[in-house]
Amino acid sequence: MSGTLTGVGADGRITLAHGGGGSAMRSLIDEVFLAAFTQGPPAVQEDQARLDLTTLAQAGDRLAFTTDAFVVEPLEFPGGNIGTLAVCGTVNDLAVGGATPVALSAAFVLAEGLELALLRRVVEAMARSAAQAGVRIVTGDTKVVPRHACDGLFVTTSGVGVIRPEHTISIAAGQPGDVVLVNGTLGDHGAAILCARGDLALQTHLQSDCAPLNTLVDTLLRAVPSVHCMRDATRGGVAGVLSELAEASNVLVTVNEAALPVHPEVEGVCEILGLDPLFLANEGKLVAVVPACHAEHALAAMQSHPLGRNAAIIGTLQASASGQGAVHVVNEFGGARVLTMPSGEQLPRIC
Amino acid sequence: MQFVKEFRNPHLAEALLAQINLVAERIGRTRKRPVTVMEVCGGHTHTIFRYGLDRRLPANIEFAHGPGCPVCVLPKGRIEDAIAIAHKPGVILTTFGDAMRVPGGSGSLLQARAAGADVRMVYSPLDALALARANPERQVVFFALGFETTAPSTALTVLRAGAEKISNFSILCQHITIIPTLRALLEQPDFAVDGFIGPGHVSMVIGTEPYAFIAQEFKRPLVVAGFEPLDILQSLLMVLLQIEAGDARVENQYARVVAAQGNRAAMAAIARVYEVREACEWRGLGQIAGSGLQLRAEWSRFDAEKRFAVLPHHLADQEQCRCGDVLTGRIKPPQCQAFGRACSPDHPSGALMVSSEGACAAYYEYHGVGEAA
Repeated sequence: MSGTLTGVGADGRITLAHGGGGSAMRSLIDEVFLAAFTQGPPAVQEDQARLDLTTLAQAGDRLAFTTDAFVVEPLEFPGGNIGTLAVCGTVNDLAVGGATPVALSAAFVLAEGLELALLRRVVEAMARSAAQAGVRIVTGDTKVVPRHACDGLFVTTSGVGVIRPEHTISIAAGQPGDVVLVNGTLGDHGAAILCARGDLALQTHLQSDCAPLNTLVDTLLRAVPSVHCMRDATRGGVAGVLSELAEASNVLVTVNEAALPVHPEVEGVCEILGLDPLFLANEGKLVAVVPACHAEHALAAMQSHPLGRNAAIIGTLQASASGQGAVHVVNEFGGARVLTMPSGEQLPRIC
Repeated sequence: MQFVKEFRNPHLAEALLAQINLVAERIGRTRKRPVTVMEVCGGHTHTIFRYGLDRRLPANIEFAHGPGCPVCVLPKGRIEDAIAIAHKPGVILTTFGDAMRVPGGSGSLLQARAAGADVRMVYSPLDALALARANPERQVVFFALGFETTAPSTALTVLRAGAEKISNFSILCQHITIIPTLRALLEQPDFAVDGFIGPGHVSMVIGTEPYAFIAQEFKRPLVVAGFEPLDILQSLLMVLLQIEAGDARVENQYARVVAAQGNRAAMAAIARVYEVREACEWRGLGQIAGSGLQLRAEWSRFDAEKRFAVLPHHLADQEQCRCGDVLTGRIKPPQCQAFGRACSPDHPSGALMVSSEGACAAYYEYHGVGEAA
């Protein structure tokens, strides 16, 4: 990453020339993107990545394909940056379908004036997360837009993976009697981002939980191949996933609030602002639904993985008496509330 | 979470519930009508529903949910005033998070932002003042709302703006006070509330003396309460014990936060900056004399209504909604025609559905719409 990049002024910032199709753009691609994403000797650059079908077919019987656009304020936060999110998010979307992630694309929209050093940090984080997940970033694109047309940097990643024949994970496959698990503390990412924005004047040690979950999923699926449902709990949090699960599987999901793993600092932030960790975003947490007879086995498998140490059983599925899916949260007082999805983001309370 | 979790101990709650049951049983021997206790504050309403306390009460004890949720009682016309100011050229309109979703006549502040107005969420009025310092070419307006809980921080911000001679900052003042509204409720002939759980945060500022009239004039007990489930249960027990003994006194359960004399510095700031508004509209309750605050003449240069020459909007409440009847304890939310149908947290048409601290939203979230039938 020590190469010199043309088209960058003394202040080390991206200019419109870096998206102009000329030598400055070529230099940006070579010195920043290819330098980070290519392993081994430089390959011939084609307009598309080519994936060998025979190898893919040996790994499974279905191709999984997903895409996600990433915007975050601030671009860098404790525990990661927009690049970490962009790789982990897409890897996790593949993994929770039971797919082994194979390859990713990455498309960047850069604002004129973006610090080159920041872009390098983002790209390096992407390379690190990809290496951690064991996937390659095989194709990409870059555009530069005028300063006010984009807030610093947007990243879009797409990914392909292969699903083994024995997995039929679906959000609609939850059965009455099934048990709901999560792989660790809820809301770490959402709370870390809120605090990283700096306008709360709250000092915490919170870190985003951003991590690729494919090896955790692999561990879980080896232990319990009959996982019924799995989702990563990003925007909308665990509450969002459970609402989708209840609706798609047409079941009543009962969550035991006392069993929810929540980091004490996240609990504190939520208490001050009137937020609910169930609704906060995660970037390294998934919800898994398994048959009750495999629940303890699934829990032990998750807890054996570094990203599942705080895994917990948080609820159960029941047949819905009303014929409509719903999520109930039961607390230590025996009180129950209906979990309803807010129409937009959660907003802090006034007092 | 120290000093919070202790007050959520389910075992201690059972002990308090057992005592509440005993007192209720003794009261029931001589009294046929159920005892209705109003929790004034929206924060209390939220706790009651979140912990299912209402479902644990003996049959002859009921909660009525009072008007102490500043977001709920925010009149639609006032939202329109804020939106009108937000759309003026060069304006940055700031306010608290949960005020941004409240629907006015034409939409919410969030929708105004989507339509191009510069509307920003702040956590404190001082953040709005900081925005004014950082953007001297813009007009920064803080839409100030809340009871005496938030009024002092707005007042101190106006004083700071005055001291720093910041000329591009102003406030749209919708601060309200609870005492005149409690009096208005008590003066209604069919107001069937036997005692009060008094607001904790407001009392932290105003102290306990302003409630004396409730005990002396209207012969109802009031216990100032904290916000955790054990606080609510203990306060309810204290109210019931007074009712059993035929007492009507003001007591303070929240002594770990509330001093009898309140917070003198905060009250001094309020007195310095605001004066009482002749009448103030409350969503769901209508106009209540002397229940609002406005900037004193000497601070009128910070008054956004004057600066932007906004003609106050007045919009009637939805006729189908019976917020007033819920607020006065005449009906429970599911007995309102609109509940869960024309009025839900996603599409609130009545005041009490607007914030999670409103009685209807709390019913909707914690009891589900199933009860409407």
